Order: sequence, then structure tokens, then C-alpha cells
Amino acid sequence: MAELFIYGIVLGSIISLGAIGLTLVYGIIRFANFAHGDFLTAGAYIALFMVTGVLSWIGIPDSNFGSLSFGWRMALAFPFSMLTVGCVAIVLDRVLYRKLRQKGSGAVIFAMSSLGAAFIIRMIIFILWGADSLFYRPGIMRPALELPLGIKIRPDQILILLLVVFLITLLHFFLQNTKMGKAMRATADNMELALISGIDTERIIIWTWGIGGALAAAGGILYGIDVQLHPHMGWNFLIPLFAATILGSIGNMYGALIGGLIIGVAQQVSTAFLLPTYKPAVAFIIMIVILLIRPQGIFGGRS
Amino acid sequence: MEIGGILAYLVSLAIMAGIYAVFCLGLNIQWGYTGLFNIGIAGFFCIGAYASAMITTPKPTGLYAHYVHQIFGLNLPFVMGLLGAALICGIVAFLIGIPTLRLGEDYLAISTIGIAETFRLIFNNEHWLANGPRGLMGLPQPFQGLVDPKHYNYIYLIIIVIIVVIVYLSIERAIRSPWGRVLRAIREDELSAAMSGKDIFHFKMQSLVFGSMVMGIGGALYAHYTKAISPDVFTPLYGTFIIWVMLMAGGSGNNKGAVLGAYVIWFMWTGTTFMTNLLPYTLKARAPYIRFLLIMILLEIILIYRPRGLLGEEKKVSKLVD
Repeated sequence: MAELFIYGIVLGSIISLGAIGLTLVYGIIRFANFAHGDFLTAGAYIALFMVTGVLSWIGIPDSNFGSLSFGWRMALAFPFSMLTVGCVAIVLDRVLYRKLRQKGSGAVIFAMSSLGAAFIIRMIIFILWGADSLFYRPGIMRPALELPLGIKIRPDQILILLLVVFLITLLHFFLQNTKMGKAMRATADNMELALISGIDTERIIIWTWGIGGALAAAGGILYGIDVQLHPHMGWNFLIPLFAATILGSIGNMYGALIGGLIIGVAQQVSTAFLLPTYKPAVAFIIMIVILLIRPQGIFGGRS
Repeated sequence: MEIGGILAYLVSLAIMAGIYAVFCLGLNIQWGYTGLFNIGIAGFFCIGAYASAMITTPKPTGLYAHYVHQIFGLNLPFVMGLLGAALICGIVAFLIGIPTLRLGEDYLAISTIGIAETFRLIFNNEHWLANGPRGLMGLPQPFQGLVDPKHYNYIYLIIIVIIVVIVYLSIERAIRSPWGRVLRAIREDELSAAMSGKDIFHFKMQSLVFGSMVMGIGGALYAHYTKAISPDVFTPLYGTFIIWVMLMAGGSGNNKGAVLGAYVIWFMWTGTTFMTNLLPYTLKARAPYIRFLLIMILLEIILIYRPRGLLGEEKKVSKLVD
């Protein structure tokens, strides 16, 4: 059980990365981005393309860092993929959502457009990589460390946790201390007031998409390192992401972090009683319960 | 033979498009007239199909029961299957409406996705319920002994047309009634509808349940057409998004548009098979993805450049006015 709990924290930290991006987009641009799960998938596959393609072609050595399952190739592919997916998110906004904003379309049209975008991303991945599960490094030995209480944990998983903590700390300082971060929080609080104070909301929107996309990419890669890559991986994350976002109150970054951890732990611990394939259903049930008893989420805020 | 073959092919296309037309009409009640964002159509598709399958088939007995697990089998006629599918879908829609319809439209959307995925998982994993991933086979078809099985599709097409007409007329009738006017008032401006003393939640609930019941009938029609169902049929792509593209293309808020969209998109969709057959061998296995990519790009173009679809919304006030 303690082991499942730790694995739940690892999974939850990955969900948190996605949910933070989702909640920022939800809070600032005001629409449910159903393509967010597929940003995770895109990030994971772009890193795969770099690791097995470009970086091996230009001759980056294939050795591992210590007992981790990856090395310099992944270290380079990781930020590259974050950057690329951030750009993909911004391009989608320029090509699709900005046009809809200019036409004054309703919130649901945005959501539907993002669903279309989700499938466009997924179909491109299916076309390029096929429908099989893939690994960054197939057939690797995965040595586990023994912790007290009989918990076995892989060095990769420890690194995942450290990386998530690092990225979230970075985001925290960005939002609290930079001008852009403050402007983003102001826009999330009250879009009209932000406009009146002379904040350029189009710039805010671009930054929000960039950050949301980059964090999602990071989550996708980390899941790929921890488990595997599959074109449907992001779709399976979609319900947990929304559950975490709603649980932690929409627009609240710290809420999304906590929500992600709760959903991750609940999903992993449920495998002690249920088939692991039911993980998305567990997240769904939690979400329904939250909607019934506290639809505004645990951190209050806007209902 | 050639003419006969082409005709038989067109009939099978028309049947599938007709089944999709039923889904489009159901979605049109929810989205076109009330603005409810249901993106879990596949869930109601799945429930309707399984409900009708289990109502119309007998429970397996003897040796057969070792291979096919099914929680119940009522062996009732086809019509009971349709009604049962509608009833069960209505109940599920009611349950999902309770936590979500008082909240913003996104909540209903994500919850319906959740329902669709959850039911697919349940039917896949619970072998005792409906035979797990292998699904159910040998579903009965109405008036089966009437003609040569080779020509049975003509009879099924007639059944589909009759049901599409019944559903179409009943929605048209409902939407021109005071009830229909309230739905459209809610879609246009929830606040002013509420201020006119309308109970938004109840009207939304009725629309959600009505639309989902129609979708249940669609699921049942599909099940008895293919005679075999398994959980992997009811994927988000085939079960939900193609229906959305059909309704958006035809014109949401217009029942003629819903039917037209189903036929246009289904013929386009099958037409692209001929196109992808020209692809080099290595790409052929991935052809369905290329076709879906094209359909999704079409959806984005419709959303941006022609959100009203081919026909656009018809002005409908009352059955007394037009």
C-alpha cells in the first residue's frame, strides 16, 4: 500500500504538470482545452523523435546518467520538446482560437475547436508513429532502490519528482515575481480590470499557451520515461487532468497541484482493488463526487 | 451483377447514414436547440446498442453459456429492444444531468466524455456483464424470414427510414411547442429565460434525457444492423466526433440539416476510402488516421468560416405560425 502511495505521488506529479497548464488556460483564456491531454502526447513523441532520431543522427552519445534510464540525448530533447509544444499551442491559438475570439464565438465553440485540435494532433501521431506502444529505451533493465517499508522505487521516478518540483518552483517564481507573471494573475482574477489597467491581453494569452503547452510536454515525457508512449496516452490523461483542475478549483495553480496529487494517489491505490484499466474511471468518479458536493473545488474561488 | 452490386453498396451506405442521422437528430435536441455540449455520444451509442442486444437475445444456455456470458437475455421483439435502449439511455442521461446541469457547459462536456469512457471500460473488462471484449453476436433482425437474406438490407433501410421520419416529426413537433421555445430561450440567454420564470435545470434535463433517448434508439438500430457488437466499436472517433462533424456541417438547430449532414459526411467519409486506396502500400495501414485528420480539419474550417453549416438554423416559432 505504501508503495502504491509513492507511485501515486509520481503519477500525481505528472498529472499536476498537465493540470497546472490546463487550469492556467481555463482561468485566463476562459475555455476548457480538450486538446490538453494531446499536448502531453505530442511532447512525449517529439522527445522520442529527438532521442531516437535527430540526436542520435548528429552523434550525441547514448550513455545513461548513472542508474537512470536516459542520458544526454534526453537531457537535450526534454527542453526542446517543451519549447516545441509551447509553440504548437501558440500556433493553434493563432490559427484557430484567435479567429474564433475575433468572431465572438461562444465558449462551447472554443471547446469544440480544441477537441478538433486534439484529434488533429493525435491523428498526426498515429500517422507518423503507428498505434503501438513505444519506449524511449526498449528492454532496459530497471534497477529499483529499496526504501524502508519495503518500498521499491526506480531512480527515474525520484528524478521525475525532483523535476516536477523544480518546474513548479520555477513557475511559482515566474508568476509571483515577474511583470508578465503578475499580469497573468491579474488577468485570471479579472479580465476587464486587467484590460483597463493597460495589460496587453493578447500577449498574456500567448504566454499562457506557451507555458501550458510546455508543462504538458514535460508531463508527457516524464510519463513516457516512467511507463511508455502510446498515441492514446494523452486521451487517458484528459479525465484525470480535468478532475484535478476541478478538484483544485479552476484557475488555481496550487489547487491543480494538490488536485493532481490526490487524483494520482487515488488512481494508483485503486489498483489494489480494481483492474488498472479502470484508472480513468476512478478519476471520473472523484470528479462527479466533487461536482455534487463542492463544484467550486477545495480551494473555493469562483464557482 | 454490377448494377446490383452498386445498388447494394449504396443501400448499406444509406442505412449507416440513416443510423447516424438518428444520432444527429438526438444531438440536435441537446446542442442545436438547447446548447448542451454532449461529447460522450459514444457512451449512449454503446449503452443503447448493448441494452437492445440483451433485451432481444435469449440468455445463453448449455454449452453455449460457457463461451458467452451475458447478465440477462430477455428474448423480446425488436421494438422492445428499441424502447428499452431509449429508456436505459434516458436514465443514464438523467443521472449524469443531476451533478452537471446546474454548472457551466464544460462540466457536462467532460462528464459525458467520462461516461463514454467508463462504460467502454466496463463492457471491456466485466466479462460476466456482456462477454467482455468479444462482445455479443447473432442479434436478431426484424422481418428476417421475409426475403432472401441477400436482399435483407432493403427491408432494414425501410425500417431506418420509418424511424428517422418518426424521430424527425416528433422533434419538429416538440420544438414548435412552447416547450421548444423555452429550450431555445435557454440556449440564447439562460439568465433572461430564468428571469421569465422558467426552471432552467428542469428544461435542460428534459432536453438532455430526450436527446439521449433518441441516441439510444440509434445505438439499438446500429446493433441490429451489424448483428454483432463489441466495446471497441464505440470509440470517441466513430461514436462521437463524426456525429458532431455531421451536425455542424448540416446546420445545428435544423433537423433537416441534421439528416442532410449525416448523409453528406457519411458519403464523404466512405468516399475517402477510395482515395486512400490509392496510397502506397506502407501508408495504407494508417489510412483511417489520414481520413480522420481530413474530417477534423473540415470541422475546424466549418467552425471558423461557416459555423451555421450547410442549411443554418431554420426560423421556427410555433406550429401555428408557419
